Amino acid sequence: MITAAAQEREHYLNASYGLKSWLLTKDHKRIGLLYLMTVTLFFFLGGAFATLIRIELLTPQGDLVSSDTYNKLFTMHGVAMVFFFLIPSIPATLGNFFLPMMIGARDLAFPRINLLSWYLLVIGGLFSLAAMLAGGVDTGWTFYTPLSTSYSNTWVILTALGIFIAGFSSILTGLNFIVTVHRMRAPGMTWFRLPLFVWANYATSLIQVLGTPVLAVTIVLLFCERVFHIGIFDPKLGGDPVLFQHMFWFYSHPAVYIMILPAMGVISELVSTFSRKPVFGYGFVAFSSVAIAVLGFLVWGHHLFVSTQSVYAGMVFSFLSYFVAIPSAIKVFNWTATLYKGSISFATPMLYAFGFIGLFTIGGLTGLFVACLGFDVHVHDTYFVVAHFHYIMVGGTIMAYLGGIHYWWPKMTGRMYPEGWAKLSALVIFLGFNLTFFPQFILGYVGMPRRYHVYPEEFQVLHVLSTAGASVLAVGYLMPMVYLIWSLRYGAVAGANPWGASGLEWQVSSPPPKHNFEETPVVTTDAYDYSKVMGEVIEVG
Amino acid sequence: MADHAHVETLALREQFDTAAQQKDASTLGMWIFLITEIMFFGGMFMVYTVYRSAYPDVFAIASSTLNVYIGAANTVVLLCSSLTMVLAVRAAQLGQKKAIVTFIVLTLILGFVFLGVKAYEWNEKFQEHHIPGLSFHLEEVAPGLQGQAQLFFSLYFAMTGLHALHMVIGAGIMFVLIRHAMQGRYNAEYYTPVDVGGLYWHFVDIIWIFLFPLLYLIDRHLKG
Repeated sequence: MITAAAQEREHYLNASYGLKSWLLTKDHKRIGLLYLMTVTLFFFLGGAFATLIRIELLTPQGDLVSSDTYNKLFTMHGVAMVFFFLIPSIPATLGNFFLPMMIGARDLAFPRINLLSWYLLVIGGLFSLAAMLAGGVDTGWTFYTPLSTSYSNTWVILTALGIFIAGFSSILTGLNFIVTVHRMRAPGMTWFRLPLFVWANYATSLIQVLGTPVLAVTIVLLFCERVFHIGIFDPKLGGDPVLFQHMFWFYSHPAVYIMILPAMGVISELVSTFSRKPVFGYGFVAFSSVAIAVLGFLVWGHHLFVSTQSVYAGMVFSFLSYFVAIPSAIKVFNWTATLYKGSISFATPMLYAFGFIGLFTIGGLTGLFVACLGFDVHVHDTYFVVAHFHYIMVGGTIMAYLGGIHYWWPKMTGRMYPEGWAKLSALVIFLGFNLTFFPQFILGYVGMPRRYHVYPEEFQVLHVLSTAGASVLAVGYLMPMVYLIWSLRYGAVAGANPWGASGLEWQVSSPPPKHNFEETPVVTTDAYDYSKVMGEVIEVG
Repeated sequence: MADHAHVETLALREQFDTAAQQKDASTLGMWIFLITEIMFFGGMFMVYTVYRSAYPDVFAIASSTLNVYIGAANTVVLLCSSLTMVLAVRAAQLGQKKAIVTFIVLTLILGFVFLGVKAYEWNEKFQEHHIPGLSFHLEEVAPGLQGQAQLFFSLYFAMTGLHALHMVIGAGIMFVLIRHAMQGRYNAEYYTPVDVGGLYWHFVDIIWIFLFPLLYLIDRHLKG
């Protein structure tokens, strides 16, 4: 009976039909799903490049691909994953879908700009994809000069143009979120009643708005240098190639926080919901997001410790980099404190949240290692760094992303995912991830440089372990792909609030109505108030 | 029907509760966009600062080859266009529908005058071989310093070029505003697009206010 009622009721998915109703939609929920499909595509594309990299590294010789092809593989893996998956992943899918609902709004402030930003990501993605199909690019995702301007004979301009266009997508999403949070909050939804996911996305938007334009201008200069040889980055003409590194990292270090801050926001929601307690120290967690956004702009020089930067600048950047640990640690401690005496349930999203906390802690602490001048000189450009940032981006962001997808899946689709399979996949991903990337810490420490496909034989055991882990990880990633699609048709019908969660998005039916709320909600309590959510917990302990 | 027409002129979109909320959102959105523009041009200004402080003398000499009088005249043209833009916004606030059109058309004309003068200046540079990358040569500096002089002109073209691109986009916005103003869409209650378009126009103007002294006037203290 509930099923029949749910099918007849009008919601955002059945409000209109046809390709046009999706490609011209201004509904933030539909645009969120468009983003979901787009970034999933790029995730598996980037994953395919990673697979080839790991297979090549099984043996110490370069027997699968040539050196040139290998250079292209890791470059395209980085470009696809960073610019077309990680950066849009959580904000543009989950943020787009849930940020307006969480603050009690009918949509984002600028729905047409929201749709435009999706098109910009797709167009940018097509440019970069065309470059990959035409023969690829081999400069590394960092496009360091003078390799990218004078020596590389690959599709640098086409790829960079794709990133330039996708950058505007990121800027417009950030702009839309900031205005929405400032101007669209429901009556009673004060700043300090905002769910922490909203705070995290707000902080992310600040970085997108302030950082991305600098990447854009850097790409313009790269273009001028490569096409017209104007000398900006060419020492023969009085230019400075290291200036490119400064400009690139002025964006790309904060971009790391574009990738991790929304993930932290997801974890705050998950930890609270599945321990049925308000997040411990709400204000500290909220401001730690803003603190990370601000500090993130002051640390780019830690990528240039060995790039002719002065020792004194290096010391200052090292010192400032340590500061990022403070707000990050505040979050980890507060999530842990939230668990204390909570009634914890081990549903799949919570498993991902636990995975995140552990892996992010390892990734964050090794971040302190590489922020230390002396140690960084030893591990610079080795697999230690590769392992470190994969613990943050894969162990952190992707764990949170998948946790968030599972958590909100019933709301987005009106269907439950199969809990048993989902738990299994969370476990497989956690084990596969650690087997892939933990050996890389050791590899890097004993001297394996990154971006080489031929290596001394004594490194082979660790490389084989890493490749074995990658196979497990791949299985783990394919599982949700299969059972989530399966659940669209065969999953149990989800109620409005299957988790007994407290946010406004759970107070409307699943899937939500076209305009989210029948009438604008009035908020009278703080976030994470579970006293008003009665008798809807499906699983305890 | 009357109600419907009222909503049309206010153009209140469905995600907003009130017209005031919609206006606030649009204005804030434009301000944030202008902040991204500051960061965008900021990258250019940073590069300029780095190289000017590295090669102060060559930059001053290269700068002296630009025509200060044309640059100054163009600055006045642009300032006047900002004045007419402000008057257009004022006319909108007072609901003077004809005056809105007149002042935006004036703004657009002044914008095109600026771009025309700019095109004339660029053309001169072509004839003098001051185009980076295309057999660049500046007589005033020694052969060994040509690269540094070229850096100045690279920045000159990159910065004025990006500025001109923003002017062209601004002209496009003015076209749309003129069309909508002629249809009578704007009145004393609803003129947000004029307001927001004006913000953008003034911003592009302000960028030039920084570009003019940094590109045209840096050799002044050497002569004095």
